[in-house]
Amino acid sequence: MAQTALRRPVESGVPDNKQFLHPKFIKNYGNWKYHDRPRPGVLHHVSHTGDEVWSVRAGTQRQMDVYTIRTLCDIADKYAEGFVRFTIRSNIEFMVSTAKQVDPLIAELEKNGFPVGGTGNSVSMIAHTQGWLHCDIPGTDASGVVKSLMDELITEFKTEEMPNRVHLSTSCCEINCGGQADLAIIVQHTKPPKINHDQVANVCERPAVVARCPVAAIRPAMVNGKPSLEIDESKCMCCGACYPPCPPMQINDPENSKLAIWVGGKNSNARGKPTFMKMVASGLPNNPPRWTEVGVVVKNILSVYKKDGKPWERMSDWIDRIGWPQFFEKTGLPFTKYLIDDWRGSRASLNQSAHIRF
Amino acid sequence: MAKKQHDTPQLDQLESGPWPSFVTGIKRLAKTNDMAVDLMGQLETSYQTKKGYWKGGTVGVFGYGGGIIPRFTELKNDKGEAVYPDAAEFHTLRIQPPAGMHYNTATLRKMSDIWEKHGSGLIAFHGQSGDIMFQGATTANVQPAFDELNELGFDLGGAGPAVRTSMSCVGAARCEHSCYDEASAHRTVLNNFLDDMHRPSLPYKFKFKFSGCPNDCMNSIQRADMAVIGTWRDNIRTDEKMAKQWLAKHGMDELVNDVIARCPTKTIELKQIKNLKTGKDLSSVAINDTQALEINNKDCVRCMHCINVMTGALSTGVDKGASILVGGKRTLKIGDLFGTVVVPFMKLETEDDVEKLVDLAQRTIDFFAENALEHERTGEMIERIGLVNFLEAMEIEVDPTMVAHPRTNPYVRTDGWDDEVAKIKAKKQAGMGA
Repeated sequence: MAQTALRRPVESGVPDNKQFLHPKFIKNYGNWKYHDRPRPGVLHHVSHTGDEVWSVRAGTQRQMDVYTIRTLCDIADKYAEGFVRFTIRSNIEFMVSTAKQVDPLIAELEKNGFPVGGTGNSVSMIAHTQGWLHCDIPGTDASGVVKSLMDELITEFKTEEMPNRVHLSTSCCEINCGGQADLAIIVQHTKPPKINHDQVANVCERPAVVARCPVAAIRPAMVNGKPSLEIDESKCMCCGACYPPCPPMQINDPENSKLAIWVGGKNSNARGKPTFMKMVASGLPNNPPRWTEVGVVVKNILSVYKKDGKPWERMSDWIDRIGWPQFFEKTGLPFTKYLIDDWRGSRASLNQSAHIRF
Repeated sequence: MAKKQHDTPQLDQLESGPWPSFVTGIKRLAKTNDMAVDLMGQLETSYQTKKGYWKGGTVGVFGYGGGIIPRFTELKNDKGEAVYPDAAEFHTLRIQPPAGMHYNTATLRKMSDIWEKHGSGLIAFHGQSGDIMFQGATTANVQPAFDELNELGFDLGGAGPAVRTSMSCVGAARCEHSCYDEASAHRTVLNNFLDDMHRPSLPYKFKFKFSGCPNDCMNSIQRADMAVIGTWRDNIRTDEKMAKQWLAKHGMDELVNDVIARCPTKTIELKQIKNLKTGKDLSSVAINDTQALEINNKDCVRCMHCINVMTGALSTGVDKGASILVGGKRTLKIGDLFGTVVVPFMKLETEDDVEKLVDLAQRTIDFFAENALEHERTGEMIERIGLVNFLEAMEIEVDPTMVAHPRTNPYVRTDGWDDEVAKIKAKKQAGMGA
């Protein structure tokens, strides 16, 4: 094969972001004094020199076609100053130097279908994964779930009426690439993988698959005269860890792969230490195109939290105050035996006290 | 003009409603791009059967071993041909973002032009690891697309058992809470590990994340093998004018219930001005003519809550730097792990300071490469060998900031106790003599 045409990469790594910074960001770099929020979706930062900058935040669909990106660029060039940034939750921010630029920018964004919000005590855009659009191991879709939920939660995105900020995530398998959140929606498989024994020997490195299982439920076996794998189904807890290294371990099941809801994850150190989220519901059907049953549960939890949470209480702070019995009572969610942890370290999750709310 | 679009009754239902629709976006692309037409066909099939149809493979660019996510369709007819042939290859290029994810429109337009020419026209800002994901290229088009993006000043990110693409918060560019130059640390550290990013050969992935303060907007503690979280050692700064403005606007109930009562260590007190104490560890600020807040900074854990509520009136100190936490990760294989403190405070002001961070990262990755089992993350390795063994290999002294509390069981061999005490005493004396 002719190698002459191949270009060697310039191993440039992370580009210098100075070339992309709004001039006021460069001028006041490391010298900001405070910020406030004149209205939902707008951050107003003031520096020690007295300089001010307004950032207008809008929701996007994350997976954007080039026409959408160009529309956002047109808006940035005409109504802002040609600089944008993205947040960790795929919101876009436009920076302007004067207060009078804010309203026309908001009007143009809304006119083009980009909701302005996602700041302060709002429900922000959902951190999510790839799903059926691009992942090789998804139990469900991601973009579609997010679109459906954000359609339902749009008012909470555009206002700041929750007790504190609400971060959501979705994940299409139990690896949970969507990550920890105040409320997360994650695939929960309920049946052990179905093994395609004809393919295992060709496709899988069997010792690696055996080593991958968290409960040592997989062992090598000869099936129909071919080297394959077998599962001790009494041990298997259906996590799907064997599926990525060995696609013939088919874990995804259109009917038996369900969706679970988790609450109370928090990465910030504010008030209490960071927390992991806890499973509070499962068994919800994986129902495209709008996952209506999931939306009902999510909206219910959020509305109870909105009504019952005190100012500055994140989901985890709220539950700390009211306790889990009241969480299940107020949300009406059934507390089943599957919600009692039996994984390593689980004793720490039991009530090791006589602290009980009656 | 592209070929005729497929019927997509399920996906069509995702075009209504107020949130921006990715379906409408892909349909726009499908007017001129056959790959987008067939992507819609395959995705609609997934919506109808509730199954995914992509498999991985091996696709790369010349000179690198990772950074492309290959996708080949598994949706085949009886003859083994792709049902949607123009999306039979649908690879993603992971491209590293600039720190803080800042862009100018000229760059975004050039990226769009490149991807319209070589790919599907679908770009995600950003993936969960922080990459700009250029989604949907044929095997043949991966190299020319990368070449043009690389000429634009961008480089591939990580995939597989490698140092992965990193993220940092908006930081010093716009945030008053910034405790170090996040962008500089992000860029300097990552660009030191490009070989480990582009040529995957570690036991498993290794992620860095950079947050400028303990609000940890990058979620580094739950996601990063090495989390760099800004903090400060001196006293919370105060601004009397803004404190008085805050009280005038919010009132005493909010001050008591939302600020003072929510301090996790109860180190903020409401006092009569005449009763304020003075001392090197105390911050105080008048909130009206008779009353003031007093904070004993020795008992402050730098949680950020009061500063978040009263931004401007209260702010971070000036002796700034970062805490380094190691071992965060999500579920597989042993369950979720938070990062835990290995360096309580590190200055990150000068190039030499940042070099020390690079050195710590280098030694951590070297140790990880030699000692982790295959597919074992750093946190799992530390869980297996114990934190002390890790610290000794890193030549880091133990420190009570590294634990929530000392051990609660006697299952430890302590015959080296006297030697350890002697070492600590000798060090203390040497420190006092210096």
